[in-house]
Amino acid sequence: MTAFSLEGISKRFGEVTALDNVSLSLNEGEVLGLIGQNGSGKSTIMKVMAGLHRPDSGVVKVGGRAVQLRSPAEAALAGIGLVHQEQSLIQALSVAENLFLDKPAGSTWAGVYRWNSLRDRAKAQLDKVELDIDPFTPVSALSFGQRQMVELAKVLSLEELVHGHLVILFDEPTAVLNPPEIQALFGQIRRIKHRSSVVFVSHRMDEILDISDRVYVMSDGRNVATRDRDAVNPDELYELMVGRQRVNRKDRKPREAHIGAEPALTLNHVTVPGEIEDISLKLAPGEILGLIGVQGSGAETILRTVFGMADDWQGKIEYFGAPLDIDTPAQAVAKGIGYLPAERKTEGMIRNTSVSENVAITYGWQHGRGAGLISRAKERGMIEGWVRKLAIKTPSIAHRIDNLSGGNQQKVVLSKWLFGKTLKVLMLDHPTRGLDPGARSDLFAVIRELADQGLAILLVGDTLDEVLTLSDSIIVMKDGRVSARIEGVQAAPPSEEDLVKAMV
Amino acid sequence: MSKLLQSQGPLLALLGLVLLFSVITDSFASWGNLGAVLEAAAIPAVVAIGLTFVLMQASIDLSVEGVASLANIILAITIANSVTATDIGLWAVPLVLGVGLAIGATSGAISIYVRMPSLIVTLGMWLTTVGLAALLYPGRLPQILDTRITGLAIGKVWGLSWIVYLTLALIIMALLVEKHTRFGRMCRAIGENEPVLVMSGIKVIRHKIAAFALAGGCYAAAGILMGARIGVGNTQSGVGLLFPSIAACVLGGTLLSGGHGGVRQSMIGVLILVTLRNGLIMVGVDPLLQSALEGAVIILAVAGSTWHLRRKIRVIK
Repeated sequence: MTAFSLEGISKRFGEVTALDNVSLSLNEGEVLGLIGQNGSGKSTIMKVMAGLHRPDSGVVKVGGRAVQLRSPAEAALAGIGLVHQEQSLIQALSVAENLFLDKPAGSTWAGVYRWNSLRDRAKAQLDKVELDIDPFTPVSALSFGQRQMVELAKVLSLEELVHGHLVILFDEPTAVLNPPEIQALFGQIRRIKHRSSVVFVSHRMDEILDISDRVYVMSDGRNVATRDRDAVNPDELYELMVGRQRVNRKDRKPREAHIGAEPALTLNHVTVPGEIEDISLKLAPGEILGLIGVQGSGAETILRTVFGMADDWQGKIEYFGAPLDIDTPAQAVAKGIGYLPAERKTEGMIRNTSVSENVAITYGWQHGRGAGLISRAKERGMIEGWVRKLAIKTPSIAHRIDNLSGGNQQKVVLSKWLFGKTLKVLMLDHPTRGLDPGARSDLFAVIRELADQGLAILLVGDTLDEVLTLSDSIIVMKDGRVSARIEGVQAAPPSEEDLVKAMV
Repeated sequence: MSKLLQSQGPLLALLGLVLLFSVITDSFASWGNLGAVLEAAAIPAVVAIGLTFVLMQASIDLSVEGVASLANIILAITIANSVTATDIGLWAVPLVLGVGLAIGATSGAISIYVRMPSLIVTLGMWLTTVGLAALLYPGRLPQILDTRITGLAIGKVWGLSWIVYLTLALIIMALLVEKHTRFGRMCRAIGENEPVLVMSGIKVIRHKIAAFALAGGCYAAAGILMGARIGVGNTQSGVGLLFPSIAACVLGGTLLSGGHGGVRQSMIGVLILVTLRNGLIMVGVDPLLQSALEGAVIILAVAGSTWHLRRKIRVIK
């Protein structure tokens, strides 16, 4: 019997269509595995089900009845609970208080806690997930695995509140867990199947195949396939996940790279605890090295570590043959390393200031009169030169950056780095995020030209085609480790499916 | 050991200070001086109690000095006094406390509904209440004649004034509120992760306004105790309370970024500060040098007590 269904759900965020006429049905006692690439609409669909987003059109049905889920509280009353990725717990409070945070009835009397009743009720919930801890332990003292179980227990307390069938949503619950913890979680999922249906999102194909009864594949905001577990062919799923991110062969302009012999940047067994493990790579002047992986795979962490932003890392990083010994971005910049952050609006550009201010902020002094004095006239000439070279569309360089289009903003942020005379390594973190196709190919051309001029470029790509189009070599990341290395990409490009296979 | 240092650092610092001053001076370790320390700590402690709940929520309240002065003036002119003819007897006490609560609630409500940082709202409230206190000042210094108020400072039991015992009672009440009420627990949770609470459907606004109201009430209580101690109503009576109370909270481990610390920690902070002041006098340090030393010690102590957290605090404001 169908416990829950979505019919023709669409959801737009401004210009972006996150869900495009998506339908999904969930049978009683079934585990549905939801799989798809970054930005395929997985988390949006989960949020619609959990009452966090309201769809623009379409119908949500619970037990065959059309309902409107206006808030997580309403979803809870309908028997739907979302198990968060552990960040919904308040660390300073105890496990018991967290369990009943959103449902205080019965645990307080006139605002004063009834500790005994709270302890007993919390104990009962913890027993369900076989977690043997004192309910008054502060959450900050628990391991990630235990926190995930507390999250689960918090959602399972719906069992007492709601009479009907439950729908439990798991949003990448395994991201922070180790293998035994994952097995324990799967045990719990199998146990609760008798009175709940489960939707399980994961980036990892093997987990999806292990726990799911059916697999639901998303790509570009659409459901592209639904398969029973017995009928699953992983290779077909990889192919479906690629979706529209296929390189248009006509767009490909093989670049004759002039790659330097001596590496500009060498990473030897670099580890950042909990994020990346044992990463080694080489990047030469004139080379574009593309890093790709699903969210949380650690590709961004590599860039941030080289840029002096990691708190704590081990291993060796060499920069033109000498050890790179830096703790801050300022030191990285002084050595000639630039970093274009993914969050353009918060980390890249300085809002409410002019284009010229944004370009000159880091390296303006290099074009000054020395002794810390800046030369406005010289700066202006240089900035106008870059605006012309990158074809930045702005009325003048005194124009406010906020009023430019996303692509032009990104080019301004990029010219901040190109402004420096000493720049040797440029790291690009999702440089085309949020740009329209025209702006994207403009930026691609600029990036290629920079490499031709001898800059070493380390790129974390948003999409497969981006990385395949630009890179000379590709490193695929999975769970903080390198899962595949591909050299000579331009001469012999790998297939998109091979990359996806290494990613999930 | 390092864990003990982390969790109990301020307490160890307090014990260290006591030990240090006991060894290097003869006069520090005496019952009389211990009493003097407690007397000096009482009023800042009352202020720090209120402030702690606001700081735990990652807000701040700077209106202490104005609210305490205003409370002190209202008390002095409504109770039996040497200048005005009004005398509502002990009803003046709930009146003054009510005024404090209302001012605090107003600050909180403005900060939330007008979406202004509490720093600015309470800075404005500080000046507003200083102005109101000056307006209400009857022209001549009103002596408080009601002995039930002045008796709080004069009457002593086991060498300590009633002010100290009242403060102790307040501390115990505050500890109970912090530990056993939903309000107290939510204060800390708000400071740590407000968005999650909002998503969980908790009436965060109510708890936030309550914290400011409670703080205002505590400042008013401090104004009353101040009136008892100096025996007059003075527009300047609250001056000098802001710095030690905020410093004490932070010294004890109630971080300005919220979510940490609590009443117990703030009280230890008050004792550290008062002990330091008292000890420096006993040692005979030049009074002009004293405040410089105090400031330096506070910076050192806070740096030491939050050292293990420094990586977690990414943006310093």
